[in-house]
Amino acid sequence: MPLIEIKNASKGYGYNGNRSEVLKDINLSLEEGEFVVIVGYSGSGKSTLINLISGLVKPDSGEATIEGKKITEPGPDRGLVFQNYSLLPWLNVTENIALAVDEVFKDWTKEQRKEHVKKYIDMVKLTPAAHKLPKELSGGMRQRVSVARTLAMMPKVLLLDEPLSALDALTRATIQDEISEIWRENLTTVLWITNDPDEALLLADRVIPLLPTSPAATLGEPILVDLERPRDRKTLNHDPKFKKLRAQLINTLLDAKGKSKSKTSVKLSLPDILPEDLTTVNSLEFLNRRGPKRRSDNKREEVEVAV
Amino acid sequence: MQHLLHKYKLDALFLPLAAILVTCLFWYLVAGKSVITEKVDDFGDKIKVTKREGLSADLPTPVETWTASKLYITEPFAKRGELDQGILRFTWESLVLVAQGYAIALIIGTPIGFFLGLSKKFTMAFDPLIQVLRPVSPLAWLPLGMILFSGVKIVNGDGRTTFGASDAAALFTIAVCAMWPTVMNTAVGVRAVPVDYLNVAKVLKLSKWKTLWKVLVPATLPYMFTGFRLSLGIAWLVIVAVEMLTGRPGVGGFLWQQYNANSYAHIILCILTIGVIGYILDRLMSVIEGRFKTA
Ligand SMILES: Nc1ncnc2c1ncn2[C@@H]1O[C@H](COP(=O)(O)OP(=O)(O)OP(=O)(O)O)[C@@H](O)[C@H]1O
Ligand SMILES: [Mg+2]
Repeated sequence: MPLIEIKNASKGYGYNGNRSEVLKDINLSLEEGEFVVIVGYSGSGKSTLINLISGLVKPDSGEATIEGKKITEPGPDRGLVFQNYSLLPWLNVTENIALAVDEVFKDWTKEQRKEHVKKYIDMVKLTPAAHKLPKELSGGMRQRVSVARTLAMMPKVLLLDEPLSALDALTRATIQDEISEIWRENLTTVLWITNDPDEALLLADRVIPLLPTSPAATLGEPILVDLERPRDRKTLNHDPKFKKLRAQLINTLLDAKGKSKSKTSVKLSLPDILPEDLTTVNSLEFLNRRGPKRRSDNKREEVEVAV
Repeated sequence: MQHLLHKYKLDALFLPLAAILVTCLFWYLVAGKSVITEKVDDFGDKIKVTKREGLSADLPTPVETWTASKLYITEPFAKRGELDQGILRFTWESLVLVAQGYAIALIIGTPIGFFLGLSKKFTMAFDPLIQVLRPVSPLAWLPLGMILFSGVKIVNGDGRTTFGASDAAALFTIAVCAMWPTVMNTAVGVRAVPVDYLNVAKVLKLSKWKTLWKVLVPATLPYMFTGFRLSLGIAWLVIVAVEMLTGRPGVGGFLWQQYNANSYAHIILCILTIGVIGYILDRLMSVIEGRFKTA
């Protein structure tokens, strides 16, 4: 039995009038110990897909299972690394990780938990920064904390949502190698999401393209990556097998986009939440506002893409 | 000249000073002046008659105000009698009362704010009620407090009441009036907690309690402190009215008593004291608030 399975799942957002379908007919199975990467265009529904497994999103039809049990809510057996790190800014590195550990391993002694946290901080090479706040860390360091926090929960499957897309190319390469190293040592099951085909082929056992067909995206044929490990990015670039896989993957993605000629609804995620307008703070209007306003809610563009 | 002002950032000092001076001048012009005339009375003796003249004849001039108030300012902690004390001594009494009422306001207001922020149902149920109660003046709450707490009486060893109905009513009034900014701002803050943080809590499977203390409260703190600052301002605003109505000793009570005693200069002293203390409190809270903003 596969560890994770998604069967005929589909998902859309919104109601009647402005409903948009995001995913349809998603079928996916992950074997234990496998490293699977899903590649897709920006805004094609990758986060939605991974959150079907994390439990933050419920499918409209179909289902997602872990070890045969239906996924209905988040759980410590599925560790999610967020696209934007999502560290709590008021807790330092140690506290951020301890928050997860204390909750998941309640029956351990205090010392055991402390040791455990230390071990994972060390694993991502952040011991010197253990007492720093997130704002004092670089982007790469923050992402490592985020990975350590998730790994420390010792999940059955590690879900990473574009973990490196906010980093510069050099840092990205370093952390790719680090995480790939950690995976080979621990052999957890990994589902990694990216928009970078090279990253996908460098890391994965199996790459699955998320094709932006119209109206909703669906998964394409998986591509087996039978390149030897450890993979070295320098030699890989000249490896004919790698070049062939790369061409295949990119063509699949481009073809799908060309065929669909879809209207892509791009959500521009700029730095986000708008400051509250406090001039109306003492009025009824203010209490009745709905939630925080995000800049990205205001800017939604319809772009006609012809490839 | 212009150059010098810029160099030493003196405009920041001189401009306010100039404004104060202009205000004092205006005050002087409007205020009444004592005019002394000599008169021969019915017995043929020469006597001096003092008469107040001017636009607002009873208003003391700045100088008169200072002369009359000097004692209260130079001996700010003196106690010459229950209703004759140094100005800071009165202020202290007021501050103690405000602190108590304010504490009650925060203890009650913050949880209400959290409920409003967390539950749509709770908001729907209580929002109309809150909107109706919010604009009610302290002058209206105080009598209600008197009725509510008419039975309250704590007596000390020698039979003197240390905490009576009017004390309870005073606290009640301050708390009820000062609570709203805390309620509103906390509610707004809770609603503004980024979804990402809540998702973290969900994925880490934090318990409700831990989610509250480790995620919601820290994320809401900046908003809460804005509310706390505004609440303190209102609490201080309300104290004068409360003291006037209950006759408690304090800066507001002193003001009212001096009005009744026709010591108009002391009224101005009280107003200035209330203003300055209010300003200082607001500055203090801003500093604390600013500290949490950066977190
Ligand atoms: N909670 C939501 N409510 C409404 N629409 C949503 C919601 N979440 C996502 N969407 C929409 O679904 C589509 C897919 O979003 P998703 O975040 O899954 O894409 P993505 O591939 O992860 O994008 P990115 O590369 O920017 O991370 C987008 O058009 C987005 O606007
Ligand atoms: Mg995404």
